[in-house]
Amino acid sequence: MPPHPETWLRVTPEGLFCVPGGFHIDPLRPVARAVITHGHADHARPDHGAVLATPETLAVMRTRLGAARAGASQQPLRPGEALTERGVRLWLRPAGHILGSAQICLEWRGSRVVVSGDYKRQPDPTCAPFEPQPCDVFVTEATFALPVFRHPPPEREAAKLLHSLALFPERTHVVGCYALGKCQRLIRLLRAAGWDRPIHLHGALLGLCRLYEELGVALGPLLPATAADRAALRGAIVLAPPSAVADRWARRLAEPVVALASGWMRVRQRAKSRGVELPLVVSDHADWDGLLATIVEVGAPEVWVTHGRDDALVHALGQRGIRGRALHLVGLGEEDEGPEAAPAADAA
Amino acid sequence: MSLPAFAALLERLVFTPGRNAKLALLRDWFATQPDPDRGVGLAALTGELAFTAAKPALVRDLVAARTDPVLLALSHDYVGDFAETVALIWPEREGANAPPPGLAEVAEALELTPKAGLPALIAGWLDTLDAGGRLALIKLVTGGLRVGAAARLARTALAEWSGKPVEAIEEVWHGVAPPYLPLFAWLEGRGPRPDPRGAPVFRPLMLAHPLDDAEVAALDPAEWRAEWKWDGIRVQLAAGPGGRRIWSRGGEDVSAAFPEILEAMAFHAVLDGELLVIRDGAVAPFADLQQRLNRKLVPARLRRDVPVGVRLYDLLFEGEEDLRPLPFDARRRRLEAWAARARPARMDLSPQIAFASFAQLAAIRSGARAASIEGLMLKRADSPYVAGRVKGLWWKWKRDPLSIDAVLMYAQRGHGRRSSFYSDYTFGLWRPDGRGGEELVPVGKAYSGYTDQELAWLDRWIRAHTIARFGPVREVEKTLVLEVIFDAAQRSTRHKSGVALRFPRIARIRTDKPAGEADRLENLLAYVEDRPSDDA
Repeated sequence: MPPHPETWLRVTPEGLFCVPGGFHIDPLRPVARAVITHGHADHARPDHGAVLATPETLAVMRTRLGAARAGASQQPLRPGEALTERGVRLWLRPAGHILGSAQICLEWRGSRVVVSGDYKRQPDPTCAPFEPQPCDVFVTEATFALPVFRHPPPEREAAKLLHSLALFPERTHVVGCYALGKCQRLIRLLRAAGWDRPIHLHGALLGLCRLYEELGVALGPLLPATAADRAALRGAIVLAPPSAVADRWARRLAEPVVALASGWMRVRQRAKSRGVELPLVVSDHADWDGLLATIVEVGAPEVWVTHGRDDALVHALGQRGIRGRALHLVGLGEEDEGPEAAPAADAA
Repeated sequence: MSLPAFAALLERLVFTPGRNAKLALLRDWFATQPDPDRGVGLAALTGELAFTAAKPALVRDLVAARTDPVLLALSHDYVGDFAETVALIWPEREGANAPPPGLAEVAEALELTPKAGLPALIAGWLDTLDAGGRLALIKLVTGGLRVGAAARLARTALAEWSGKPVEAIEEVWHGVAPPYLPLFAWLEGRGPRPDPRGAPVFRPLMLAHPLDDAEVAALDPAEWRAEWKWDGIRVQLAAGPGGRRIWSRGGEDVSAAFPEILEAMAFHAVLDGELLVIRDGAVAPFADLQQRLNRKLVPARLRRDVPVGVRLYDLLFEGEEDLRPLPFDARRRRLEAWAARARPARMDLSPQIAFASFAQLAAIRSGARAASIEGLMLKRADSPYVAGRVKGLWWKWKRDPLSIDAVLMYAQRGHGRRSSFYSDYTFGLWRPDGRGGEELVPVGKAYSGYTDQELAWLDRWIRAHTIARFGPVREVEKTLVLEVIFDAAQRSTRHKSGVALRFPRIARIRTDKPAGEADRLENLLAYVEDRPSDDA
């Protein structure tokens, strides 16, 4: 009988550790050998020894961390390729979260675990769609694991922004969005909705947009928001990190309509407390229905929950005869849509 | 498509802080929505249309039958608002592609459906809507629709959209009923002006300009009449064969909040006056009146403990006769004669103050320290009663504000244009802490009075001196002294300090003053004045 995954995939202070393979997954602190699901800062941390990830994730890490801190050695692995490391077979499958995001599939002595990282099931023109992989244990996030979270079609949210621009053509529409993934997806959504004018970017978003374009994701005309003057930004769309939209940086804009693109915007109080005038429910995480559908699809009899609302998800899994286990991994959910993303952060 | 469109409008109104932006949203609604839905939406927004047939318990039962209790409880904990939780958690049925209901359809069906049929009716609608539409529907059918779009704002939007003056719309407003088809026809130039018939109608109020001490010198005392400026709420009483109404300053119908006044309106006239809490002939502080505001039902205990009356100062109509073109003096004589004849209960006349010079009047003004008096009203003897704020006819001459030096304790971000600034300030005064030392106790909150430069300076100071954060609020080092001015100090059991300030605002930033030398609570308590004015 194949060994239970509990016996060979452990939770350590650094994060998940594959014992026979001798590597960590998305480790919290510097380790000798790391496999990385995707480039968000809470998953891809600096100063590991050997790093294995998709070529896109490695590129993101070099851009964000600098080549010197993105792993002493980098090993790319493309979805579809596989390798065997000390008896552990390892391969990657697209997770649909952001460009380069991948599920890490591990098999040892006939026992298979899929560590999905962060993922979503909505279509996203900036990355490959999630591919379900049958397994014995499915390791999932639970960022939006409450039945109140059901993300609407993103096209409708983009239309909401364009409708507001038609109503308030004199006002700058400043949209808070995470620099990696959300920003580029939003740009593509706007392009698909027919917005072909330049989109203005806060300085913190420029580097990653350039990288996406180099990696083949065309974004159309982009301009730095800092160089443009106030009058030129009337009726323009400006994208900025969430921390900047309702803070000092936004004062240079003309009567801004403050928008924020996040799954949390589905709850009014979350939008109100951040001073958002136009909440846009656009998320790169699976919503409640997406989480449950995915778990049913991969057919795992046991599901481990890394972070988020594990209470609700474990309860719902129990009702479906699936054993759920909360891992309580620390340090995750701190970048993109983590609930702790400091609402009053001053850093632009 | 109209309930989803209404839901989208509601959502934007809820999140939009700016008045101009709200007006733009309403104009767009009037311009793009068909009849009768736009009128039903207008009525729902302004509170003219309220359903009570569906109780919140009905919605609770509907959702309980469709969700897991543990997940519902976890979700409610997270979201906070129950109606919103239901809207978000409501299971979306695959293939339920019936079109969502129209607003007018909802309004009509709620009227016609017997009580037993309501759950199935509402559940059927909820199945056809998205989350925003469900929230709008739940709030609408349970009467919980509060969007901050006052009737006055909606009428201003109608005026801007149609090009008709807002006063003209207000004249006919209370003679038309939802869905306002004749009103929209008139505004679009397709029909005649609606006739308000015998129904009581709100007449736009005459308002006063603030008067500076410097401007007083130019006035001739013989041409002016003076009255106290009472600290209550301005009301217009309209009564006749067509009914009785109490209108607020902005034309809201507040009759239900003051049933004893309504009972006393057994006359045919339109009067202007100040609604006050009056005990044994003495006016109580504004804080007492606040307990009576915004009520649909008034418990007997409250009627007994917080009795209200109206201090009259103008007569607009006597019977059908419009007195508004007459000079103020003539209207005043008519008012006095009418009051002597009609002798309405719970009403008296605002006395006129005799004076020979403005120097004498200024002395009378500064001598009046009663909390119920804000200062003086000056009315030109020959002024007709005209709608709005016409310069040079009526002045309000507020008494000099009181002032304290307080210590900044907490700061909060503002809204709209100020959302990136810490612009709301909680300040405190020193008092003994019971252990031989001193502690600061918060005494009020101010969010005006400063210049743009001072605001920018305060914002920087707060960011650099924060010691703790609670959501949008920052606690700061207790080292900055602010000079706070206010109109009156009143006892309050609702405040930790035991005192409430009327209209506090920031007068100056006192960087020159160490926090230890700021005022003590007892300095403020010395200003508290519960006694009525003897000067009246």
